[in-house]
Amino acid sequence: MVSEPTAATAAAPAPAPAPATATAPLVQVRGLGIRYGNRAVLQGVDLDVRQHEIFGIVGPANAGKTSFLRALNRMDEFTPGMKVDGAITFGGRDLRTIKNLYALRRRIGVVFPLPVGLPLSIYDNVALAPRLAGIGKRAELDQIVERCLRRAALWDEVKDRLTSLGSLLSGGQQQRLTIARALSQDPVLLLLDEFSIAVDPVTTMRIEEMLKELRQELTIVLVTNLVQQARRLADRTAFFLGGRCVEVDRTETLFTSAADQRTTDYLEGRFG
Amino acid sequence: MAASLGELDRRDRAWWTDWVARVFVFGGGISAIVFIVGIFVFITQQGLDFTLHRLSWSEFFTSINWRPTGHPETYGALALIVGTLTITALAMVIAVPLSFGAAIYIGEFARGRQREWMKILIELLAAVPSVVWGVIGLHMISPMIQHWLQPASGVGTNLLNAGIILGLMAAPIMTTLAEDALKAVPESFREAAEALGATRWQVIRRVVLPHARPGLSAAVLLGVGRAVGETIAVLMASGHAIRIPTSLCDPVRALTSTIAAELGETEHGSDHYQALFTLGMLLFLITFGINMLADRIVRGARRRA
Repeated sequence: MVSEPTAATAAAPAPAPAPATATAPLVQVRGLGIRYGNRAVLQGVDLDVRQHEIFGIVGPANAGKTSFLRALNRMDEFTPGMKVDGAITFGGRDLRTIKNLYALRRRIGVVFPLPVGLPLSIYDNVALAPRLAGIGKRAELDQIVERCLRRAALWDEVKDRLTSLGSLLSGGQQQRLTIARALSQDPVLLLLDEFSIAVDPVTTMRIEEMLKELRQELTIVLVTNLVQQARRLADRTAFFLGGRCVEVDRTETLFTSAADQRTTDYLEGRFG
Repeated sequence: MAASLGELDRRDRAWWTDWVARVFVFGGGISAIVFIVGIFVFITQQGLDFTLHRLSWSEFFTSINWRPTGHPETYGALALIVGTLTITALAMVIAVPLSFGAAIYIGEFARGRQREWMKILIELLAAVPSVVWGVIGLHMISPMIQHWLQPASGVGTNLLNAGIILGLMAAPIMTTLAEDALKAVPESFREAAEALGATRWQVIRRVVLPHARPGLSAAVLLGVGRAVGETIAVLMASGHAIRIPTSLCDPVRALTSTIAAELGETEHGSDHYQALFTLGMLLFLITFGINMLADRIVRGARRRA
């Protein structure tokens, strides 16, 4: 396996575990398996997520996409019965050896399928993560809140009512609020889990534009049910099916000449 | 077609079952109102003559001289009111941290079987008869207070004892209610906060507790109601002495235990008898007010959600 030390010295064409430089993958997944109790939902997943790319994951329901994301920010810690096998490295660090999981999660933003406006004001929703991290100065928080809301394309709509409850916003606005909140922790990696499920098409397009710009600053893993969304956004895409990663390739390659017939069938809407 | 239309006027079994069921549940529902009004009417009517015509309100609320059998008789309830209030306040000082701690542990940390066991045990604790708590106060807490604190009054049955006993008595029901309030916080809130890198305590402190606050307030108020209304355990643990307490180790007397201790010795319809019903009215109004307040807090929260 590539994760063995001997493989590092061998001049292999396969992705070798290079030291954590700018060109090294941000996330390396090797032999990942996830079980809930006795039920395996994901097995034998090997893939890399490169720096500053949008990495798409598509596949039908129960393919293990969401579980994959949960493993990336170690949510297994708080999910009773969830067991993760195999190795995931983040910036070269093995996730299993990290002593402060909270610090890891602060570097990884997550956006869930349904918007979760915490029962706080709009301002406090976005300021929560910085506050948790110990930032207390009002001016600094103001700046973070405005920057994140601007990046999430929400600032103009809410700047006059930052103190009203975040949970009173419309579905699409709440989802952008969630994205602003995820950005407020200044993440290196942003995980999006079917973020557009409860968002209207116009807002979805605005968010997609923003994601393309964000690629300059961070790395995005995008789980989506909409294959066209993956095609619009993702640099590379993985196809998950029944708990396995069928293939990973450049998105255009996957859509035009996938190696596996099942991928083509799914992408062309013949099942799933 | 025409033949089958005859059924339209026939009340069959299902119709009658429905009718009986409706009458039955209506009776059950209405009985709550009947009883509460009936109790209020009874208490008021028993004490009304004295309360309206012979009771001095200024004496009742400002004097500590409760001497219904003295010459002349005096009916100063201040010490009893203060007794009830101080015991209740002390009970809450003990019960709130205890019950909230237990509720947070059960709701946020305990898992699976352990959680179920703890809930069963706490419900069992809530079912311990109050006279048992009274005996614990009399024969366990009292000697401990005498041994460790050596109170000037010399007695171990006092404000502190009654406060501890009532706090322990109110804690289980408060735990159950507080845990319900925590359970009502959507799991997605916790996940969202965890994904932001919040620690377990930060999730509880910043997200769960604020959202559960109305339910937690209601839990406290119902605990207060429980403490105000408790009788026999207070009678056994408080020392039952009429005085305004100046220290934790002073014996005190509560409204409820005064009624329990004296009612049997009074002549039916006498001023003393009626004065005890005046205390009853006061208690009724206090607990009624507390419950209304709890109800409004919970309702208000539901409207906002």
